[in-house]
Amino acid sequence: MSTALHHLLDKEYQHGFVTQIDSDTLPCGLSEDVIKIISAKKNEPEFLLQWRLKAYRAWLKMSEPHWANLKYDPIDYQKISYYSAPKLKKQVKSLEEIDPEILKTYEKLGISLREQQHLAGVAVDAVFDSVSVATTFKEKLSELGIVFCSFSEAVQTHPHLIQLYLGTVVSQGDNFFAALNSAVFTDGSFVYVPKNVRCPMELSTYFRINAANTGQFERTLIIADEGSYVSYLEGCTAPKRDENQLHAAIVELIALKDAHIKYSTVQNWYPGDKEGKGGIFNFVTKRGLCRGENSKISWTQVETGSAITWKYPSVILKGDHSVGEFYSVAVTHHHQQADTGTKMIHIGKNTKSTIISKGISAGKGQNTYRGKVQILKKSENARNYTQCDSLLLGSQCGAHTFPFIDVKNETAQVEHEASTCKISEDQLFYCRQRGLSVEDAISMIVHGFCKTVFKELPMEFAVEAQKLLGISLEGAVG
Amino acid sequence: MLEIKNLCVSIENKEILKNINLKIRAGEVHVVMGPNGSGKSTLASILAGKTQGYDVTGDVFFKEKNLLMMSSENRSHEGLFLGFQYPVEIPGVTNIYLLKAALNAKRKTQGLPEVDAMDFLKLVKEKIRAIGMETDFLSRAVNAGFSGGEKKQNEILQMTVLEPNLAVLDEIDSGLDIDALKRVSQGITAFMRPDRALLLITHYQRLLDYVKPDYVHVLVNGQLVKSGDHRLAIDLETKGYAWVSNEK
Ligand SMILES: Nc1ncnc2c1ncn2[C@@H]1O[C@H](COP(=O)(O)OP(=O)(O)OP(=O)(O)O)[C@@H](O)[C@H]1O
Ligand SMILES: [Mg+2]
Repeated sequence: MSTALHHLLDKEYQHGFVTQIDSDTLPCGLSEDVIKIISAKKNEPEFLLQWRLKAYRAWLKMSEPHWANLKYDPIDYQKISYYSAPKLKKQVKSLEEIDPEILKTYEKLGISLREQQHLAGVAVDAVFDSVSVATTFKEKLSELGIVFCSFSEAVQTHPHLIQLYLGTVVSQGDNFFAALNSAVFTDGSFVYVPKNVRCPMELSTYFRINAANTGQFERTLIIADEGSYVSYLEGCTAPKRDENQLHAAIVELIALKDAHIKYSTVQNWYPGDKEGKGGIFNFVTKRGLCRGENSKISWTQVETGSAITWKYPSVILKGDHSVGEFYSVAVTHHHQQADTGTKMIHIGKNTKSTIISKGISAGKGQNTYRGKVQILKKSENARNYTQCDSLLLGSQCGAHTFPFIDVKNETAQVEHEASTCKISEDQLFYCRQRGLSVEDAISMIVHGFCKTVFKELPMEFAVEAQKLLGISLEGAVG
Repeated sequence: MLEIKNLCVSIENKEILKNINLKIRAGEVHVVMGPNGSGKSTLASILAGKTQGYDVTGDVFFKEKNLLMMSSENRSHEGLFLGFQYPVEIPGVTNIYLLKAALNAKRKTQGLPEVDAMDFLKLVKEKIRAIGMETDFLSRAVNAGFSGGEKKQNEILQMTVLEPNLAVLDEIDSGLDIDALKRVSQGITAFMRPDRALLLITHYQRLLDYVKPDYVHVLVNGQLVKSGDHRLAIDLETKGYAWVSNEK
């Protein structure tokens, strides 16, 4: 590229510190015994242990998928520890009981777990390595009948809901990583919003991988009962480490009749260094089921981190008149690889889906959009609109688009638009003539490119996302 | 304010500007005319800091500072503005966003705080009305889908918001309808003050009916071949460039 684009400095990953805490970590390796230990540590009911073992047995028969446009060395699943928890005094009842080091960690990340210091309207569940350490605003929410707690807690307090819904959207044998997660998941968040309740605040989970050689396998389950609404935010960071760390999460969303779930993610796992060493392998299965009529599920994601991203938040549009949305910004820089997109499966009548995907590649980053729009035979008058744009910064990066469209009902209307563009020298010169630095000019143009997705994010998140994007693209052109 | 000394510019060994000498003092309006391809826009780009592919020798001083050593953005902060012959489109970025970012970038170098969003809106609305543009231009993406004339008016809007000391306007009058020409000219006239200067690049005498030049220069084949007062523009209009070339 040109001289004008050259002289930017690289900013280091800002969340790369390690917290010194005592933790209770299982030795590396996976077996039925390990699963039994995890289940016992969590004091789980028998049905859940059996459920895990079934997943494990399914996983043993599966092999790692390699259809994605990703390149990485084989993962040795016996070299990972499947359980690491900060040593806590058993059940944490109040924030005072949490290791102050952990509270400090979250404060460094800009997330306060102390309720009184909160920005109004965000309840936080913090997951540190494998276990949930704090859930704020719990009482206020429970007055409305909303359950927002860690997954393990929900297993104890609401086992019937878990038994009823767990695995109904992503089954144990759904895919290799989902099966692994189902066998060994350690914690995550659980949300239940009762009938006709509009959750008055954003619910938020903050994931942090701290311990070395651990995998993080969270499982999130959100159920929005009839006529309810909930907006949920997920954020993630990890320390810098030279080895790759595995993150294989599952998120299941269930929207009953007239319910609306809005799920937003700002993913900023450690992406690895400039040479491509280290970083998180992010293999995530996220899926929502619009089970009832008129239900709606919206996914919004801003993916800036991870060495490898393998992620396709999807919606099964089962209820008539249900709506699925996917808004995504995925950034790959240096040696990052992202293979991400969505699946919209139209089953009900008059169902509607929208896909807006914005891929930004810089450095040697590879960005792949993989989308599937499937209209089943009985889905009358289904509609889909897909827009898939790529922005390239530099000449060594790549953008790839693989849209699959499968229409079995001729009343369907499916639209697909795609574009690829580069930031031109002339645009940069114009902005610089007006007084903007190259960096500000790029961030302004990139922001303009992503605007339609950012506006779907809740306010505080949108600001954070924009900053993050700026940071992850620093030194992007050259 | 601006002093160009022995400026030579070439691209891929092709000489585009040859030994240009020009001095512009505060309060002066200079006009550069010349045939297509004679190097007018190249001169403007070099002043504004375009470096890509150019070999440049000679000196340029702007407000006593060595201009050629400065980055484009620093030149802008120092008060040099270029109204582009072909303003580029920036999809997704609104006009008002760019204007605000530009103004704040300049204020930052002056140690001033960022402008408050409300104050800024008020300021921009005043300026845009003065030029006679519709305010809905502010929320549209920069130059995207603008007509040729609208792009030119947008350049003038940016100039009036940024208040530079020296404005280089490259064919600001091309593509304007009669009314727009009048408004743009009024904008330029209002901009001129004793502490500011203008370098207008144009093909037509008509702009000069509104903005009276102190000097007219003729650029042919990369060389400044003739200078004079406003009557030179009138002569050129009737006699064509062949006249100056032959006379030489
Ligand atoms: N990047 C480039 N590579 C090669 N030649 C160039 C380049 N840029 C400009 N030129 C040439 O330099 C000469 C001067 O161009 P310039 O745009 O400065 O002309 P101009 O006087 O502004 O013309 P016009 O009146 O048509 O706007 C032209 O012959 C043009 O083709
Ligand atoms: Mg020109």
